[in-house]
Amino acid sequence: MASTGLSARLTGSARLSGSDLTLAYDRRVVATGLKVAIPDASFTVIIGPNACGKSTLLRALARMLRPRTGAVHLDGSVITSLPSKEVARRLGLLPQSSIVPDAITVADLVARGRYPHQRLMRQWSKADEAAVAEAMRATDVTELADRIVDELSGGQRQRVWLAMALAQETPILLLDEPTTFLDISHQIEVLDLCADLHEAGRTMVAVLHDLNQACRYATHLIVMRAGEIVAEGDPAEIVTPDLVRSVFDLRCEIIPDPQSGTPLIVPMLAGSRRRVRASA
Amino acid sequence: MTVRVGPWSVRLAPRALIACLGLVAALCVVSVAALSTGEFTVPVPDIVRAVFGQGTPVAELIVSRLRAPRVVTGLLVGAAFGVSGAIFQSLTRNPLGSPDFIGFTAGASTGGIVAVVAGGTATQIAGGALAGCMVTALLVYALAFRRGVQGYRLVLVGIGVNALLVAVNSYLLTRANINDAATAGAWLTGSLSGRGWDHAVPVALALAVLLPMCAAVARPMRMIEMGDDAARSMGIRVEAVRAVAITAGVLLAGVATAAAGPVVFVALAAPQLARRLTRSPGVTLGASALMGAVLLTAADLAAQRLLAPTQLPVGVLTAAIGGTYLALLLRKERR
Repeated sequence: MASTGLSARLTGSARLSGSDLTLAYDRRVVATGLKVAIPDASFTVIIGPNACGKSTLLRALARMLRPRTGAVHLDGSVITSLPSKEVARRLGLLPQSSIVPDAITVADLVARGRYPHQRLMRQWSKADEAAVAEAMRATDVTELADRIVDELSGGQRQRVWLAMALAQETPILLLDEPTTFLDISHQIEVLDLCADLHEAGRTMVAVLHDLNQACRYATHLIVMRAGEIVAEGDPAEIVTPDLVRSVFDLRCEIIPDPQSGTPLIVPMLAGSRRRVRASA
Repeated sequence: MTVRVGPWSVRLAPRALIACLGLVAALCVVSVAALSTGEFTVPVPDIVRAVFGQGTPVAELIVSRLRAPRVVTGLLVGAAFGVSGAIFQSLTRNPLGSPDFIGFTAGASTGGIVAVVAGGTATQIAGGALAGCMVTALLVYALAFRRGVQGYRLVLVGIGVNALLVAVNSYLLTRANINDAATAGAWLTGSLSGRGWDHAVPVALALAVLLPMCAAVARPMRMIEMGDDAARSMGIRVEAVRAVAITAGVLLAGVATAAAGPVVFVALAAPQLARRLTRSPGVTLGASALMGAVLLTAADLAAQRLLAPTQLPVGVLTAAIGGTYLALLLRKERR
């Protein structure tokens, strides 16, 4: 499937894109004149310092936020002009935080991901059953099926939410900070799972905090600062010490990640600490 | 458990199904007991005959004219309170978000008292209650609105408005003459005594319109409980669903209060009891309706018979029965 991703980037096809986006909450304008295209079959990661507008951009792409100007396009149509259930069959979102209904089991929660495929008189087709089973298998929560979601660990719970989004069977899946609140092993677990889903042919878009994780997993990186996209492309090509300094205000050295060969950001020691290390 | 017929399929939870059947059975038992017992006992076979218009004239008078409308009104009002409570508890994601806490019932009371003081007829009092409920709901909604309505804001604003209206109600009662104050006081505790078909029929008509509305938004409402973004990403038009649900919920509370006065506790307790009984996650409109109906008819039966011949207002008993049951359930849950 990697070749599909490559050809998509070469031809530049993008089912999901936004142009001339002004994004604002009430009177607070977060970004103006944004132009963005999500390469098909890519694992796109949006990154930037706090309050740079990365989650806002993701929310706009997921039609959670209506742009003040400009429009988000899905398959050539303005996304807000499409029937909302129709969009939900093509584009899924894992929000930053969702509320677990009281006393719901894992299987029931995952089954809720089938909503866009169901109608009042067709609430549980064979296809629904198969999609839920497959989503639970892919996220390795099959054995938790009858457990109460509230009683699970944070990592398990995030896998269950992901399973619900997978059960939606959308070719495009957006994730808003899927690793926040997880400890490091669960972060890696969730990102590995996202990478698997990407390799299986999905277009994945995630907002992440950790630059090294972004470099390791992204096939396409969008770097934002103060409401603007300052760089985008293959992490290996765009992540440089200058970029990190201008975006994150951090002096660093960049070495190849010993495991993946992707860029690894190593922050510089402050001058005084360097002397302490040397004398020790 | 899945039922599939050709291209159609419905998912049923066995536990919820059994719970609902149990509630229906309880409702039948309570209704028959209410029709049969009293100052003049009508044996059960005679009730059946009277219902089908073939009983003795006395049995027919007592059952069809006196007791049946009261039972039917209680059943419908209970169901309306139960569903209304379930809707607002679901929308606010908070058990305290029921209409008796967020001002709607107090607003209906204000409307009712104003009508009493103005010397209104029973119909005008009912109309006043309905209008009071709707105006209050609009007020709470407008005050809580900020880029859509957040649940906790609705609860907080509602509690504030509720406090204000309770004060207004007390003031109105102190200003009223003694007869009006007594009439209003009796209406305020909530009562089903003397309810005839002219009370039952309007409630039945309102429910015939409102309950299908509620059923249509029940599934999306369950999704909205997971958060607006989660629901929207599933293709639910959150604000539209919420508008329908709020409209139906306010009208249900208003109609119920208009028919029986502000009976406390049913709207709060019925959805909570129903949820625990069915063990289903989130709002359960059908079970809440049944539970509300059982609660109110059972409370009314007890109110009539417990200290007979003294008749208690049903509002006193709903709090006692519903409260005890809820406390017991919560206690069991904690273990």
